[in-house]
Amino acid sequence: MTTGRLIEIEDLRVRFHGDDGRITHAVDGVDLSVANGATLGLVGESGCGKSVTSLAIMGLLPKQTSEVSGMIRFDGLDLLQAPDQTLRDLRGNRLAMIFQEPMTSLNPSFTIGDQIIETILRHRGGSRRAARGRAIELLRRVHIPSPERRIDEYPHKLSGGMRQRVMIAMALACDPRLLIADEPTTALDVTLQAQILELMRELKAASGAAIILITHDLGVVAEVCDEVAVMYAGEIVERAPVDELFSSPQHPYTVGLLGSIPRLDQRAAQLATIEGMVPNMAQPPAGCRFAARCPFVREACREAPPPLAEVSADHLSRCIRAPLEQLVS
Amino acid sequence: MALLEVEGLVKHFVAERSLLGRPKAFVRAVDGVGFTLDAGQTLALVGESGCGKSTVSRLVLRLIEPDAGQVRFDGRDLLALTTDELRAFRRQAQIIFQDPYASLNPRMTVGQILGEPLALHEVVPAARRRERVEELLRLVGLEPRLARRYPHEFSGGQRQRIAIARALAVEPKLIICDEPVSALDVSIRSQILNLLRELQDRLGLAYIFVSHDLAVVKHIADRVAVMNLGRIVETAEAEALFAAPRHPYSRALLSAIPLPQPHAKRQVVLLEGEMPSALNPPSGCRFHTRCPFAIERCRNEEPPLLVDGTGHAAACHRVADLPSATAILPSSGGFSPTLAKLVAAFSRKTEGQPRPGVGIQGASPPPT
Repeated sequence: MTTGRLIEIEDLRVRFHGDDGRITHAVDGVDLSVANGATLGLVGESGCGKSVTSLAIMGLLPKQTSEVSGMIRFDGLDLLQAPDQTLRDLRGNRLAMIFQEPMTSLNPSFTIGDQIIETILRHRGGSRRAARGRAIELLRRVHIPSPERRIDEYPHKLSGGMRQRVMIAMALACDPRLLIADEPTTALDVTLQAQILELMRELKAASGAAIILITHDLGVVAEVCDEVAVMYAGEIVERAPVDELFSSPQHPYTVGLLGSIPRLDQRAAQLATIEGMVPNMAQPPAGCRFAARCPFVREACREAPPPLAEVSADHLSRCIRAPLEQLVS
Repeated sequence: MALLEVEGLVKHFVAERSLLGRPKAFVRAVDGVGFTLDAGQTLALVGESGCGKSTVSRLVLRLIEPDAGQVRFDGRDLLALTTDELRAFRRQAQIIFQDPYASLNPRMTVGQILGEPLALHEVVPAARRRERVEELLRLVGLEPRLARRYPHEFSGGQRQRIAIARALAVEPKLIICDEPVSALDVSIRSQILNLLRELQDRLGLAYIFVSHDLAVVKHIADRVAVMNLGRIVETAEAEALFAAPRHPYSRALLSAIPLPQPHAKRQVVLLEGEMPSALNPPSGCRFHTRCPFAIERCRNEEPPLLVDGTGHAAACHRVADLPSATAILPSSGGFSPTLAKLVAAFSRKTEGQPRPGVGIQGASPPPT
């Protein structure tokens, strides 16, 4: 690890083969990296490929219908080349994931204790008694009240917020180096969301794990991320440190997204709208994929796919018209 | 006169019955809710899951029957209406649901979906129905030729437009919007919000906007009522409520919303614990178990919803003792002048450009 990067993804591509023989390019040449202890926000709308990217990292895509290429180097190991056994040893151990819906990702027929203990025994071994002690400790760390009692409860007895805490406790069971959180607060009420985000910040500070946070909510990104990657139609269209992205976005799609969210801290008479629709990923357009919806489009945009190029230090944009300031001055 | 007046509305659902079928436990979903709504205005009901906001919206339409209370629409007592009168009333008030995938019949074409209310309520003569369906589609920004298609051929945002068109078909005065944009992506959400506002201006509609998202509410509402466990805890003009929320629960809700502004300077009121069950709401003030300002009195005595001279009402014993609310929302969050100009490019409608949401992904051009 000469670069200090915990995970490096190069040219990741995921293709799905449909029943009708159509091939969908869900992820199309994604480059990403996350430093130790950093939080990267992966932002985009439904179908942009953000969740597929995370499933590719975890090695959880169905082998029969998907085709993954590129390189995912985690801690010096290429995950795409690694045998299943190695991946099984990594998942839930140094590589952990939290999903959006805590009810469907917990097994309803086992107590939460059983499920956390199973993870600990699988990766760490030791006695069941010691594992139980650690499970109680984990539940306490995620602020579940009276964990000694709660550990023997079944998931249906817990509220949504509590279940998500259990999921987080399980993900932290073996002190992961990388935690992937896929819309971890989307199913929760705002006051619970605030609690969970606070918890994630606290745990990150305590454990030093790197986090990839997948979300559609730019507010959540602003609150917890250090760096942001915006995805559109299977590609990363912009990457920047969080302050930069919000103060000086360099891809028109990011600008449109920022303008289209109703905000508490300002009142707009009319919200910006991104007209049109996401391109069909079975036949992506030849040039820039956002061209059809972009107010700044030029003929050149439709001719060749734009590269993800540096606009300023650490700030990349896949737009030939960047820096965008020059368009309105 | 107000278009809609609601007073002392109560709905308790039976949660458990004894062996003989006698009710043993109740969920107190709505427990004494009242408000008024003027024609052409938007009232937002906000609160978290289980606060009773959706139940209120259904009670107002008599989709479910209240246990107590009064609902007057245009001065008429809704609860006294017979079945036939009730059906006629439905022409005046419509509802749009959260999930545009579940609220449209998959076996009907869009033309049939929109034609049905026209026929049921005899809004227009049969011969003019097709024409009216086309007008409705245009009104919500869809092309008239799409009337022959089925719901599955549309995206989520387009389906929500169809649901809106269906509600508009009977020319109502009131539309209840129950989380109409919660299932949609952000860029589509803004299209639907803009559409709802535009339609309100053009047709003079009143909305009851049920939502958990305060940012959306701030954008669309004239008046806001914050609900917690079956009761309204605060209600005010939207501007007043967002500028200076009074009830500790409203403050907590507002401060919990992540702002799209890194390192925003703001006061955060983090609530401890979970929302208590409506099956067994806490004594006294129902918020006291999570309230950072609770005192003994809050545990024993239920605070009344007291209104001041400006129409701002809050149900809290400690409203006079609370710290100032100014730090809850940062005053400055505007875009830089450059960014504002860039954003403005997305709102400009140029001639010849397709209207938002028109057309279908991968659809072939219309037959000529």
